[in-house]
Amino acid sequence: MGGTKKKKFERGSATAFVSRNKALKKLQLSLGDFRALCIFKGIYPVEPLHKKKVNKGSTAVKTFYNLKDIQFLAHDNLITKFREKKHYLRRLKKAVAKKNTYAESIIRDNKPVYSLKHVMKERYPTFTDALRDLDDCLNLCFVFATFPHSQRIKVDLVQLCRRRTVEFQHYVIAAKALRKVFVSIKGIYYQADIKGETITWVVSHKRGYEHPQDVDYKIMETFAEYNSVLLGHINIKLYSDSHLVYPPQLNEYVSHDPAKCLEGDIVDEHLASLAPHIRTTGEHPDEVEDDPEVDAMNAVNVDDPEYIERSKVEAAAVHRLQNLFKGCKFFLNREVPREELTFVIRCCGGEASWDRSLGVGATYSDSDDSITHHIIDRPTVSNQRLDRTYIQPQWVFDSINARMLLPPQEYFPGIPCPPHLSPFVEEKEGEYVPEEKVKFLKRMKGEMEEEEEESDGEDDEEAEESEDEDNEEAVQQVGQKRKRNTSEAAEEPEKKTVKMAVSEGSIEKVDKQKALARQQAEERRLGEMMIPKKHKRLYHKIMTSRKKSSQETMKLKEKKEKLKAAQKKSKKKKEKV
Amino acid sequence: MDKVTTKGKGKRKAKSLNEDEKEIDTGPSLLTHINTSDAESEASGDSEEEKSDSEESSSEEEGDTEEDDSDETDSDDDDDGDAGYDSDNVEKAQSSADPDTRLPSENGKDEYEYDSSDEEDVRNTIGNIPVNWYDEYDHIGYDVEGNKLIKPKQADALDEFLAKVDDPNYWRTVKNKSTGQKVLLSEEDLKQIQRIQSSTHPGGSDDLYAPEITKRYRMHIPAPKEPLPGHAESYNPPEEYLFDEEEEAKWDGQEPEERRMDFKPEKFGSYRSVPKYEKFINDRFHRLLDLYMASRQRKMKMNVNPEDLIPKRPEKKDLQPYPTREGMIYKDHKDMVRTISPDPSGQWLASEKKDLQPYPTREGMIYKDHKDMVRTISPDPSGQWLASGSDDATVKVWEIATGRCMKTIPMAGKVTCVVWNPNPAINLIAASVGSDVVLINPNVGDKLLSSNTDSMLDGYTEAANTSDQKSPVTWSTANTEEHTRGVRLKIEHQQQEIVNFTWHAKGDYFATVQKGSKGQAVLIHQLSRRQTQAPFSKPKGLVQRVIFHPVHPYFFVATQQHIRIYNLVKQELHKKLQANCKYISSIDIHPGGDNLIIGSYDSRLCWFDLDLSTKPYQTLKYHKKALRQVAYHKHYPLFASASDDGSIIVSHGKVFTDQLLNPLIVTVKILRGHKTANHLSVLDCKFHPTQPWVFSSGADGTIRLFV
Repeated sequence: MGGTKKKKFERGSATAFVSRNKALKKLQLSLGDFRALCIFKGIYPVEPLHKKKVNKGSTAVKTFYNLKDIQFLAHDNLITKFREKKHYLRRLKKAVAKKNTYAESIIRDNKPVYSLKHVMKERYPTFTDALRDLDDCLNLCFVFATFPHSQRIKVDLVQLCRRRTVEFQHYVIAAKALRKVFVSIKGIYYQADIKGETITWVVSHKRGYEHPQDVDYKIMETFAEYNSVLLGHINIKLYSDSHLVYPPQLNEYVSHDPAKCLEGDIVDEHLASLAPHIRTTGEHPDEVEDDPEVDAMNAVNVDDPEYIERSKVEAAAVHRLQNLFKGCKFFLNREVPREELTFVIRCCGGEASWDRSLGVGATYSDSDDSITHHIIDRPTVSNQRLDRTYIQPQWVFDSINARMLLPPQEYFPGIPCPPHLSPFVEEKEGEYVPEEKVKFLKRMKGEMEEEEEESDGEDDEEAEESEDEDNEEAVQQVGQKRKRNTSEAAEEPEKKTVKMAVSEGSIEKVDKQKALARQQAEERRLGEMMIPKKHKRLYHKIMTSRKKSSQETMKLKEKKEKLKAAQKKSKKKKEKV
Repeated sequence: MDKVTTKGKGKRKAKSLNEDEKEIDTGPSLLTHINTSDAESEASGDSEEEKSDSEESSSEEEGDTEEDDSDETDSDDDDDGDAGYDSDNVEKAQSSADPDTRLPSENGKDEYEYDSSDEEDVRNTIGNIPVNWYDEYDHIGYDVEGNKLIKPKQADALDEFLAKVDDPNYWRTVKNKSTGQKVLLSEEDLKQIQRIQSSTHPGGSDDLYAPEITKRYRMHIPAPKEPLPGHAESYNPPEEYLFDEEEEAKWDGQEPEERRMDFKPEKFGSYRSVPKYEKFINDRFHRLLDLYMASRQRKMKMNVNPEDLIPKRPEKKDLQPYPTREGMIYKDHKDMVRTISPDPSGQWLASEKKDLQPYPTREGMIYKDHKDMVRTISPDPSGQWLASGSDDATVKVWEIATGRCMKTIPMAGKVTCVVWNPNPAINLIAASVGSDVVLINPNVGDKLLSSNTDSMLDGYTEAANTSDQKSPVTWSTANTEEHTRGVRLKIEHQQQEIVNFTWHAKGDYFATVQKGSKGQAVLIHQLSRRQTQAPFSKPKGLVQRVIFHPVHPYFFVATQQHIRIYNLVKQELHKKLQANCKYISSIDIHPGGDNLIIGSYDSRLCWFDLDLSTKPYQTLKYHKKALRQVAYHKHYPLFASASDDGSIIVSHGKVFTDQLLNPLIVTVKILRGHKTANHLSVLDCKFHPTQPWVFSSGADGTIRLFV
């Protein structure tokens, strides 16, 4: 007769999850320490499938962790370290309060430290796993690298992040891994291909940021601490894999004035300028450049000829990008952001320098005859030289995204540049493609000549259009006249007495295409009615999202047309004037 | 035996494995067999590959071969009844795999060449005990029947030496302790041993540093990457991406969470002039919060083509004919038209109206397309007639073809139902006005028919009222004034308004439903005997609609949520259907009698297949508002539904005579035309009895014919 009574919420999903408060209690940690532990160990809350069951029948909002995750945390040595730190702080506080300087110094000397090495091993069993987490890591490190020194943030951490990011940038330069750049209003986005992983990070414009108030710096610091360690590990691996000396060292000895600064500082500064080459281990000096065809052959899907063909094309394009600025010598004017441009130029095989007075790392001066490109961000150029091209910075970014040297005519100083498009967008069918992108794609296909012809054609068209417009205007005027006439005519008979009359009928015009379209639309509507209930929601969801995107497209098209019309008008006005 | 082996040769490739096994079964029995198998053993040299193939092959293939094999073993059993173990064991052996334990060798290495890893040695029946307990005996364990399993012959030192010299595979032969058998190590085994010796991964993984993939690692849900910026975020975007005034106002008015994008696109003339982005650090911080605080969940992302979700429609041609456009509007009523009813010959449609004044005929023919329409819809030159009834308290008779109002019969109040008698031999319209049912001879069309109807009604002689029960209604003939208008009979109910009226297919019986009457909501009347009876003593709910089965003596009573089917002959409940909707507004039965549609106020249309289930076969929710009427066509596979949203949806509903095929339902046309007034639009719809046309009446006072 019946065993023990089954109790609710004692098995199944109710036991597989724990709420955050329970977890805190179990681990005997403060919320801050728990947070730090979670950040270090990469533990995140999960969304149970049956929340009510997990919550023991209640529907209150709670965050849940996997019980296994919490058990896993409980075994980590970091918990002990956190406790030690707590004790350390308590003791320190006491000593300080008692003004016991001796005890204080001893306590300070024995400050507990912890290492995150084992966490790296746990979280990233393979290097690829670490690379997958690199996006967020870089974003944060770059933010910290640009933080002003203040009491909120530890200076050490800022400096560490700065060093790590410089190291990373040097690697990207050495490996020529940069693929795309995009200057947005938020910052500059870079995309690099590192060991087959696509890494994207954003660096803010260097404009002197203030510390916002509504940000928890403790959390940011914890993350930065973790990420600087991660980036350090990744850098070591990347350097050793590409036979570079870690930490990066300059190839040439830099002379410095020992009275003014330390040697280490001056080396760091030179490194941070990103201009000099860094030392390699000399094992395989120039073997890094690999044959694109061989790469393609090594591809995974060797059976698929299309894939091979595509990867060959891609490899060739990458090769072209890596040597895009080979032989080009850039000179950066003083208003041009140095670090960003030096980075992207050097990633594509070019050289960059600037006025010696602006900062260390300048290798040649303005008067150098071998300079091919002078980047300038001012409307006017003083004492222009004929042996170099003066261009705006956008030319560099656009050239990299186009993977070819664009004609500099459109980027001369003082001329409004063509729009800077995002290289990350791949328009799907039905989405709006900006005119410039269409041109750009054509250019990529090498249809330059045709395009020129077309542009001629366009001019003709424009001329025609303008003629048409004239005609239209004439027609409109006539129409207005007609309207006037008709209105007059309409007014007249009202005054007169209405006579019986038979007016001539007109043949009804049937637009066949419209009728067909209407019929198709109706058939579709009828079909929609018959969608089973099971799929109805899904169908409507898809259709609303499509509708939304098509609306956006329409809106953009509309705006473009309006702009075009406005431009034409202003052109005409100018002509008339 | 020969036969078997040749067969084996023929099918070598497919079942080398089982064939060999069998040979082992029968091994000791026949020398000849060994000889023949020698020839095969040569072939089996190249069957090494096959072997490995078959090892990998799926269990399906094994299953197939097993069957073949069992046939053959049957034939063999006659020859060697006392094989080492029976065929059951063979099957067992095939079912599980153990490469290490092999059969003992009677005839040397040959066996192992044939052998496969898919078999398990079942001879070790001693269980998990030390083998040395059997050292003193010449057997090792027992088989199922209790017979001793004899140990394989133990080789003495001389044999061992000879084997060492002669046998090229001696070096890789080991002894299985548990069975005392010799086992030949395969190439794979040897490689594994070598890998263990060189302290590399035993499984032969190439990457020595291959990480340990833990369950934790597998369950990890990586954080989704941040979305990449689009063109609008550029410092120098194409101008169309910039906000216009309207968009900017919208963006400013929205909460940050609602905004389509979290920034305002801006255009700067030069890179130098780009200012700092105020929320850069905040953005990064929010991302960090997401990373450690946001709960993660795996979600299936479906890549569905919405076109695939729409069910395939039959060709339009196959569904035709059905009404596709508005053919005519009958617009004479001043108030809303409640009901309409075409006469069974297809020529008549009755209509009602309040005011006595005759309508100007032109009014019925104002329509622009009038002449065209008539030509296209009227195949019958003898005249087509329609009919309708209205809130303006009139019944009207129209000519279908011309849209002309032929008769206007004033009534005492709002007309709720107008129904033609389905019997083509009687020219009679039943109209319900308030609590009365009025039978009208419209006197249009065939004079003979009208006079016949009159004489039929006059010929009634009152029979002696045998029952003492008080009739719930009073039958009375019309007075002369009414008679001239066409009214012939009046059936007065007790105070309650009549909500529904329906004729039996033969035209003698009809049923009425009174609003809210408790016991006697439903009454069945007989015209020829002028009798009335209340079939139900107790109401089962609020009756909405009643309908007679077209063929069988069944009576359908639709209450708010159920439809009860009563057998009128047996006087019992036959079936109860669940409508699953709130509430039923209309009902119609397929002329075949096996299918039923109901419309409901929650904008559903349910199709019942009476043979299939008591629940709807299909529920269609294609109207936006409550349904007012549903109707089947008498001949064509069509049904229509009229709704408050102003549309009449015509669907193709084909019922197959084959019982196995379910009805095919396809919507074919949405018809619109009626204007909405007082949240009411289309109130009634009926099909033309012969043509695929649908009539509809609306709250705007018009009747429309869709052809």
